[in-house]
Amino acid sequence: MKSNTELLAKVTEFIGYEADLLDHKGYQEWLSLWTDSGLYIVPTDLNETDYLNTLNLALDDADMRRMRVARLINGESVSADSVGYTVRMMSRIRVLEASDDVVVARCAMTLNELRHGKLVTYPANIEYRLVPTDEGFLVDRKVVKLLHADGFLRTVSFIF
Amino acid sequence: MSELIELQDISLKAADMVEEGRVHKSLYSDPEIFEEELDKVFNNTWVFVGHESEVPDSGSFKTSFVGRHPVILTRDRKGNLHVLQNRCRHRGATVCEGRKGKTKALTCPYHGWGYGLDGSLRALPKPEEYDGVFDKKDMSLESLRFETYQGMVFATFKDDIEPLVDFLGGAKKWIDLFAKQGGGYPMKVLGEHRFNFPGNWKIQLENTTDAYHFPIVHKSFVSSLDDATADIFDFLDGEGFVEDLGHGHSVMVMIPELVDLEADLDQPIPARFEALAAELREEGKSEDEVKKLVRAAHGTGFNLNLFPNVSCSMAFFRVLRPVSVGETEIQHVALGGEGAPQAFNRKRMRLHEHFQGPMGFGTPDDGEAWERVQKGSQSGKDGWILVNRGMTRLRTSVDGNPQGAVCSETGMRGAYQQYKKMMAAGSTTNTAPAEEK
Repeated sequence: MKSNTELLAKVTEFIGYEADLLDHKGYQEWLSLWTDSGLYIVPTDLNETDYLNTLNLALDDADMRRMRVARLINGESVSADSVGYTVRMMSRIRVLEASDDVVVARCAMTLNELRHGKLVTYPANIEYRLVPTDEGFLVDRKVVKLLHADGFLRTVSFIF
Repeated sequence: MSELIELQDISLKAADMVEEGRVHKSLYSDPEIFEEELDKVFNNTWVFVGHESEVPDSGSFKTSFVGRHPVILTRDRKGNLHVLQNRCRHRGATVCEGRKGKTKALTCPYHGWGYGLDGSLRALPKPEEYDGVFDKKDMSLESLRFETYQGMVFATFKDDIEPLVDFLGGAKKWIDLFAKQGGGYPMKVLGEHRFNFPGNWKIQLENTTDAYHFPIVHKSFVSSLDDATADIFDFLDGEGFVEDLGHGHSVMVMIPELVDLEADLDQPIPARFEALAAELREEGKSEDEVKKLVRAAHGTGFNLNLFPNVSCSMAFFRVLRPVSVGETEIQHVALGGEGAPQAFNRKRMRLHEHFQGPMGFGTPDDGEAWERVQKGSQSGKDGWILVNRGMTRLRTSVDGNPQGAVCSETGMRGAYQQYKKMMAAGSTTNTAPAEEK
């Protein structure tokens, strides 16, 4: 296995940066990390790849991401206001494909949420399609494959 | 004080905890009442188990529940539907896991008994040991009586129950209107969201006929809409209504102009559906069909609550399952048209994702409110939940039913009167299995 440690370090740094923004509710900055056509996807079916023609838990284009963030921060959502903190651990980061135009990476995430004093844990595989730019990566696609995607989830008022 | 005295009467039964305009909070939190509900309500009525489009082909199956009982909705090789208890006749293991799929047989993983999709026992290893013990044909999976209406499949443990069409009664007209979701194509399940909340099932049952909460709980959802769409959802001062349809069913009309999706087809295309209209035109659809599909894409302007576990809620099925006195599982089943243009079904799914499911812009806020109801209902030795809103301002509908304002609690009262009737009845029918505690 040929390893590009410099690229892996850059990808790892970016994934850690994005995770830190989301845990610390830096949502506006998070919105700036995306390409215009980028999609944030949380599927219900882990074997499905045709996300546009399938029902997902979330399939957000730029407008939906902007509205999702607005909902979380504008003080109008009682559930968003009840989310204490999330702490997510990103690990097992691996670069699957790399070219000048796109980098595809996969990692493991364990997200812990404290809500009404109760701890809820979300394990997931996450796939990133990143576009390298002079200023760093932009996310073109992020697919969050929750381990219990087809089970009965608790409601979610944060961003994976 | 009188309320406290009432509660101290240990003979107070669940049925007595339902008054005309209020219900006792113990109905949300008493485990013994919950067990009684499974027995007297869920084992004694028609319970929604799925839609025919979820088992489209011979060999299709879908797992479901009637109250606490796991069941399987199947389509056998002749194309006939069945609702079977998900329990091997040998040692009781479930013979089918997973949500849905296709299979040639239902095989018990424990000792290999194999059943057909019609429930019949086809084969078992070393059958000779049963020579003279039983006849295979008597050992089919136990089946439930079921009937369908507009593709909605309802099953029951009560063999002598009235026909489904009689039970649905005044709700049938509204199911027929709801079935126009497909925009001229047969209604079809496109997928589903699943979530649970730490609260009693009746809190969800009430919510589907509660317009009063919408502008409060769903303020953040309304804020995410364009102005024209937000106006549509500003319905509390409009001409909508809630009508008690009998048998615990009710309809809440929020947007009267969207009651019939096949009427008013000459309306202009709303801005938020322009992109869909353009896609449909590109596919070669006529302007009439474009308008029909766009109007259907909205979903209907009403919630039809069918007692006890399903509602036809604007554009989707909302299905509840009581897990315990303080836990309920909910499915939000997305609907579209069988054979309809992909752009139409895609739009329906995107709209569903916007509000519904555990990550929608609406459901998490509902869940938060319900969780607080459950938590609050633990407070104090005594207390009542009010369902008396609009009680003195009723009128009679064109169908002769009690009807109140759109934000009245007319539907809740209807559901609770059906609940009261069932809970006041004697013990369970002889066909329903006893509930295990």
